[in-house]
Amino acid sequence: MINFSLPDAPCLAPLRKLAAERIIILDGAMGTMVQTFGLSEDDFQGDGSYDLKSNHPQQGNNDLLSLTQPKVIEDIHYSFAMAGADIMETNTFSSTTIAQADYGLEHAVHDLNVAGAQVARRAAERAEAEDGRKRYVAGAVGPTNRTASISPDVNDPGYRAVSFNDLRVAYGEQIKGLIAGGADLILIETIFDTLNAKAAIFASFEAFAETGVRLPVMISGTITDASGRTLSGQTPTAFWHSVMHARPFSVGLNCALGAAAMRPHIAELASVSSSLICAYPNAGLPNAFGQYDETPEQTAAQVGEFAREGLVNVVGGCCGTTPDHIAAIADAVASYAPREISA
Amino acid sequence: MSHYLRLSGLEPFVLTPDIPFVNVGERTNVTGSAKFKKLIVNRDFATALDVARDQVENGAQIIDINMDEGLIDSKQAMIEFLNLIASEPDIARVPIMIDSSKWEVIEAGLQCVQGKSVVNSISLKEGEEAFRHHAGLCLAYGAAVVVMAFDEQGQADTYERKTEICARAYRILVDEMGFPPEDIIFDPNVFAVATGIEEHDNYGVDFIEATRWIRENLPYCHISGGVSNLSFSFRGNEPVREAMHAVFLYHAIKAGMDMGIVNAGQLAVYDQIDPELREACEDVVLNRVPKAGGTATERMLDIADRFRGDKREEKVRDLAWREWPVEKRLGHALVNGITEFIEADTEEARQAAERPLHVIEGPLMDGMNVVGDLFGSGKMFLPQVVKSARVMKQAVAVLLPYMEEEKRLTGGEGRQTAGKVLMATVKGDVHDIGKNIVGVVLACNNYEIVDLGVMVPPQKILQVAREENVDVIGLSGLITPSLDEMVHLAAEMEREDFHIPLLIGGATTSKVHTAVKIAPRYSGPAVYVLDASRAVGVVGNLLSAANKSSYVMDIQEEYAKVAERHERSEREKLRVPLATARGNAFSIDWSDYKVEAPKFFGAKVIEDWDLAEIAEYIDWTPFFRTWELKGVYPKILDDPKQGEAARALFADAKAMLKRIIEEKWFGPRAVVGFWPANATGDDIRLYTGEDRKEELAMLHTLRQQHAKRAGKPNVALSDFVAPVGGPADYVGGFVVTAGPEEVEIAKRFDREHDNYSSILVKALADRYAEAMAEMLHERVRRDYWGYGADETFSPEELIGEPYRGIRPAPGYPAQPDHTEKVTLFNLLDAEAATGVELTESMAMWPGSSVSGLYLGHPDSYYFGVAKVERDQVADYAARKGMEIEEAERWLAPILNYTPTGVAAPKGEVA
Repeated sequence: MINFSLPDAPCLAPLRKLAAERIIILDGAMGTMVQTFGLSEDDFQGDGSYDLKSNHPQQGNNDLLSLTQPKVIEDIHYSFAMAGADIMETNTFSSTTIAQADYGLEHAVHDLNVAGAQVARRAAERAEAEDGRKRYVAGAVGPTNRTASISPDVNDPGYRAVSFNDLRVAYGEQIKGLIAGGADLILIETIFDTLNAKAAIFASFEAFAETGVRLPVMISGTITDASGRTLSGQTPTAFWHSVMHARPFSVGLNCALGAAAMRPHIAELASVSSSLICAYPNAGLPNAFGQYDETPEQTAAQVGEFAREGLVNVVGGCCGTTPDHIAAIADAVASYAPREISA
Repeated sequence: MSHYLRLSGLEPFVLTPDIPFVNVGERTNVTGSAKFKKLIVNRDFATALDVARDQVENGAQIIDINMDEGLIDSKQAMIEFLNLIASEPDIARVPIMIDSSKWEVIEAGLQCVQGKSVVNSISLKEGEEAFRHHAGLCLAYGAAVVVMAFDEQGQADTYERKTEICARAYRILVDEMGFPPEDIIFDPNVFAVATGIEEHDNYGVDFIEATRWIRENLPYCHISGGVSNLSFSFRGNEPVREAMHAVFLYHAIKAGMDMGIVNAGQLAVYDQIDPELREACEDVVLNRVPKAGGTATERMLDIADRFRGDKREEKVRDLAWREWPVEKRLGHALVNGITEFIEADTEEARQAAERPLHVIEGPLMDGMNVVGDLFGSGKMFLPQVVKSARVMKQAVAVLLPYMEEEKRLTGGEGRQTAGKVLMATVKGDVHDIGKNIVGVVLACNNYEIVDLGVMVPPQKILQVAREENVDVIGLSGLITPSLDEMVHLAAEMEREDFHIPLLIGGATTSKVHTAVKIAPRYSGPAVYVLDASRAVGVVGNLLSAANKSSYVMDIQEEYAKVAERHERSEREKLRVPLATARGNAFSIDWSDYKVEAPKFFGAKVIEDWDLAEIAEYIDWTPFFRTWELKGVYPKILDDPKQGEAARALFADAKAMLKRIIEEKWFGPRAVVGFWPANATGDDIRLYTGEDRKEELAMLHTLRQQHAKRAGKPNVALSDFVAPVGGPADYVGGFVVTAGPEEVEIAKRFDREHDNYSSILVKALADRYAEAMAEMLHERVRRDYWGYGADETFSPEELIGEPYRGIRPAPGYPAQPDHTEKVTLFNLLDAEAATGVELTESMAMWPGSSVSGLYLGHPDSYYFGVAKVERDQVADYAARKGMEIEEAERWLAPILNYTPTGVAAPKGEVA
């Protein structure tokens, strides 16, 4: 049974206080940072100390690295923390049974999420020990690779490759793992189908009821079409209406077309939402070879513009952003007040 | 945040105070519509969707969906219908009201909608625990809720019961559970009036007054009701029912009812109801005693038959487009995703077409291209595109039997599909949404899809491609490493001797990557597909016997260009150090080089100019370009678009030319000179005499500094002159002008307000100067310098510059530094000899003047220095004895860096 009168997690009060004082900094990209290490299949498999119990190839399964190459992941987190991030996103974007099915690692989902949260927590503590500034860990919940409101079968537009309940169960396992690993917040991100996100919200309510504590929830959609809609066809305001029942700590957008293309949609959300507004764009559009060209200064200038216009409360980076990008973004927004929330 | 009810479908809906009343469409309710019930029972979902669409088109802001019918599995029907609606963007744009008396049906519905919907309904009927449970789930799913005035004792019929139950429900929801009050919609029960039973007479008043109390006492909540119940006893008499509804709503809305389940297409306008009927309606709704006496019900029964009238027609949709020609209708149906007429229209188009295939390749593909363009420009979004693809599929299905028949008659194999397409997300990548969409769109166009899923190793792709004998392989990938996988697969296809087309798509893929990295690895066609809407066109062309070869050739040509442009632009960004560029200078073997000495040294003024002779040397192509007519003379005179304008202009030019010659409008002048010369580094030293002991002047040149492909030199003009210590070499220089007269003549035309002639004479003077330069160059080669004494080119042939040697001008690409004109003018004493002056900015006055150097080596050619780096500018300034800032100012357009200290002067940066 879902319980709406749970106590809030202890981190909520200091986070609220921080949000009132300044713009909160989120970290940058995990995936594109991992790519720079050029890890091989053997690296992904690890030294055997974690038994995968799967004979699928694992190269590209970045989430697995929290278990098989924890040092690499911890160091990436640490470098983002030292670049100025207040909140670190766990390396768990695809750590659901649905997304891990492609790697034959459904059984490892709990471990992936616990390890993902722990490794981020270790980096956070290292950074805190270094400079005394508090860091928070946001358990990242990705969209999975299935859509609950779009049919993959043309002959049967009523067909769905995944149901709300499939997603709810898968997200529930993930979120419980993240909480067990010590996540401070839950970040439901890169939402291209709002129905998937609604299943994740539902699952988070259930997980909170089970653990007896309500964690702050961050929600972030993605707009990939030139039409300014989500993949499943919603406008930014319609998207907000669909997720506002999560009473999120923040709502916003990430990934997609880079900061410049994101601006009007962030402005729209800022004009309709009573939550904190969060924006973490890609470092521009990928170039012809899939790399992100925007320099830290270029990305930071655009994100700084969001701050100057008073549109944002939380900023960070998505694909292609490095610790240098985060440092530049933190620097660019430092002199601006956070967006004011009308009560 | 204001306490407004906020809902959404694909688009948001906010119930703001300026919306007096929300229409909830009721036609998709099996309990309220016999027609809809029949459709659902018969599983005619396509028509059932049309009913939903009609409601939205008729202005329903929310649609109520109810599947409570004993003959069907209500839960399954709810899921199916909501999933189908999700695929219909023109319906799904509005929020859904999920209506059932069974909670499990409601919950199943909540799991199908991405928007924020309304649950209809929950109540205290089964007690507080069930009520709390359902309300809690509404909070967790994120839905607003209709709360019926219903409790453990039953449905509230009086004012007191209605207000008491609603107040109790409000307290539990808002005060106990924290339910947002603006998300609560009370339904205080609309019951039938004028039934003949006295206890029913006050039902209308009870509803209206309860509404008023609730709105005043339970903040932010809303009131709704099923209006058609009211007139239950007048079933069959639609005009009377509509009038009763209108009257009831008129009063209920004033009391605060702000939502209602009504047929938006069937509602009388209060003011337009016959006054007698209206008064009778008001009597029954407001439970008044009629002025005429008797009871309100009796009065209503008395007059009802008189107003029975004809059944009112449903509001017709805008079908004006049905009048259009069939091709346009097909396009309209595709763009708007309308399936209703597509089969008949396709059949009509087929009958008019020579072959059924022509319908696909003609109007249908045209329509899909429009869809692709709209999607690309953000005017359509994905669910709409998928919808269009489905319309396409229906159209193709109509044509298919005819195409099969045609094949059978012509002895073809009678293949079932348009082709077989293998689709896969490459190894290491799990993203398949885009790939699935492409699959959907292609399947709609009668392609058979063999989908291998995600993380597919290349061996498997090729193995299945062989086994299934596919016609096309489509690869998808989203993450960067997938790009390398695609390159690898292309190489594997080549190695295994595949020839079928390879399609590349996915977020990180691009035309440039395909052209630069993939296409060169595979000799078959490798084609980048921008998005799903383009897939049909690409595959259609690749598999069309008629179009394939030219299409592939076009693509390959385009990719070659893209690759070349990419390489060039990459190279252009790079600059090599000056020393490296010098090490890669254009190298000429000077050991056996010998060139004639010019007939004279120093400057010589040329005066014997014949205007008619010069005219023969005019290159007319640039003349037309001046007038923005782009094309090559004389072909441009016959150009279908520009020919007429070009001919008229040419006639005017010829007429003026005749006058120029006959009336000697211009006084052409020229000076030419030669000097012994040898190159030293990037400069050319001129000597006072053939003994080459005393330096007369130094000509400075600039060297290309961009990173060159192997074998391509970094050229400077000095490379074309024999170096100091090498063989004797010479350099010439010239200034020609059509004369200052053109300035006066143009002014005269201006004074006469004849701007056309003014521009014409200037353009002709320019051509004269250029023609003189060409003519003088010829004389230099054949006579003054004489290294081309045997040359026999006609004036027309000279335009192609087939001759030996070049005449580069300062300020042009081979020597972008305008200040070199100063040296040249001094050497020739050009101002005195020709009257041509250098302005402050180193431009020549009059404008119709040309200057330049003569370089005679057979290997010399025109080139562009392009952008240069700081090291060369510093070196160049030192050689010229110029401050570096001054050099940077003159070279501003070609600097590959931003000068430090001073900002580049405005207007000088290209």
